[in-house]
Amino acid sequence: MRDFITSQFGVSVVLAFIVINVLLGAVSYCIYFERKISAWIQDRCGPNRVGPWGLLQPIADGIKFLVKEDVVPNHVDKPLFIFAPAAIFLVAFIGFAAIPWGGQLELDGRLVNIQVANPDIGLLYILGVGSMSVYGAVLGGWASNNKYSLYGAIRATAQMLSYDIPMGLCILVVVLTMGTLRLEEITLQQTGYWAGWIPQWNIFLHPLAFAILFITALAESNRTPFDLAEAEQELVGGFHTEYSALKFGMFFLAEYAHMITASAFIAVLFLGGWHLPGVSWTQPQATQWYAVLAKIVVLSTKIIFFLFVMMWIRWTLPRFRFDQLMRLAWKGLIPITLALFVLAAALLFFDRQRSPLWALSGNLVILVVALITASSSRLRVTGRQVNLPTIAPATDFVRLGRVEMPL
Amino acid sequence: MISEADIIRIDQPELTASERMYLPQIVDGMKTTLRHLGKNLLKNTFTVQYPEQKRDLRLQNYRGVHRLNRDEQGRVACVACYMCSTACPAHCIHIEAAESPWPDREKYPAKFDIDELRCIYCGMCEEACPVDAIELTPQFDLVGRTREGMILDKEELLAVFDQTAAMKPRKNPHVTGYAGTGSRSCSCEIPISHVPPSAAGASAP
Repeated sequence: MRDFITSQFGVSVVLAFIVINVLLGAVSYCIYFERKISAWIQDRCGPNRVGPWGLLQPIADGIKFLVKEDVVPNHVDKPLFIFAPAAIFLVAFIGFAAIPWGGQLELDGRLVNIQVANPDIGLLYILGVGSMSVYGAVLGGWASNNKYSLYGAIRATAQMLSYDIPMGLCILVVVLTMGTLRLEEITLQQTGYWAGWIPQWNIFLHPLAFAILFITALAESNRTPFDLAEAEQELVGGFHTEYSALKFGMFFLAEYAHMITASAFIAVLFLGGWHLPGVSWTQPQATQWYAVLAKIVVLSTKIIFFLFVMMWIRWTLPRFRFDQLMRLAWKGLIPITLALFVLAAALLFFDRQRSPLWALSGNLVILVVALITASSSRLRVTGRQVNLPTIAPATDFVRLGRVEMPL
Repeated sequence: MISEADIIRIDQPELTASERMYLPQIVDGMKTTLRHLGKNLLKNTFTVQYPEQKRDLRLQNYRGVHRLNRDEQGRVACVACYMCSTACPAHCIHIEAAESPWPDREKYPAKFDIDELRCIYCGMCEEACPVDAIELTPQFDLVGRTREGMILDKEELLAVFDQTAAMKPRKNPHVTGYAGTGSRSCSCEIPISHVPPSAAGASAP
């Protein structure tokens, strides 16, 4: 028995159990913090009645979701309608399997990975699972048999397709730099130092790719300013209009789970995962249980920081118009990421892929070119486009209405 | 017919270079929200935690639940003239007049009901009343279990006066100068008899 527990498989099973449960809790507290942060930004107090500082509010919310009437409208496609929230929930949670939480742990003289699974294609796995989250939205919108829900679903699909491209290209930049798809290996390669103290995190090599990956992560998890799929003003509630009670709750929780996955993913790819410079417990050599705990805390802190930024952005920026959304992806992010990809390939060709000087100057050139292009285009970013015909003057209408209307 | 000269065509102003870049504008916005977040994280100075804290109301101006004032002898001050129910835009005041048992006035209200659910709290009744008998109080937390319970009758309206008289004393009916309906201790500077006829009805304290 002890042998089984201390084997990699046993550790993976235990870790999977812990991660799923902790995440379910974390996701509901995400909603609490979302409400708190929105309140602070808007000069309000936020939930503060249930428990001290409203800390029991997520539990109250959960109970509410559980005991509410679960309405399944008559006109829906029932199997798909029930399957959709399950699909989005499941997909949002299995992404965590490949996240390296805390390096390696020494158990009974053996080293085990604090990671549920360490597949060779961990990066592709997370990418694939993340893109599948659109299935829940599409199925929900389709099964609801409701025009607005379907609109939401179609928007989600188009958005996901467009933003998967820059996201994939950003990840390719990392893959070219690191030469591996294993997430644990990517973390390990970032634990070195430049000049003795600057950690070799990828953010210091390709900050532009990091920023774009963050933007696409916002789009992929349907967060403001990219939440066109559930634009209340236009689509009632988007793909989850017809859902109530726990099914709605699952859509809601899946969004936050998706945010956490995306944050963990970015933290591993660009911020060195569990690595923190200057702390000996968070170095790859440390394999004691307290070192593992420290590493988990470090990674969680990075995730929480990203979550905060996502919430901060949500309560600052208004939603894009759909053409702006598409223009940003196809005319903005994709050319930039293509240039970054070429840069990374060139660095690899000249064997300079880990040289911050070359990578950073390449990033800077691409950023400057992009900004100059953006600021010199005469295209209006908002309102009516100049290349459309002008609106005809209303003189004819007025004459008809006022005077020369036949009696 | 609108002439071409009268039409003003407005073009959107051109965006500046930094606006077309998006990023400086976004950074500005993020700074603003972060400032608010930081400020409220430390201390929220705007929100009133209602049941524990209460707002400071302007007692003389606030338009809450009505009351029927008592004169100094404790009688209902209303003379059942129907001015308030006539002025009421929501038709929520129902009065039944009866002959007054007191020698100093002709009528008094045998019934005086206000439907607090129908009322729009505009204060027209208070303005219309010639003897300042009906007034709106700063009481706003009126609740009831039934619709019928929200129709306040004369006794309940007088009880509201008893509750609120301390924080908002009755105004003096100096405009009409009804003897015996108002308080003798008139606080206004002009004696009642000196108010010129033109100012009667227009002046208020």
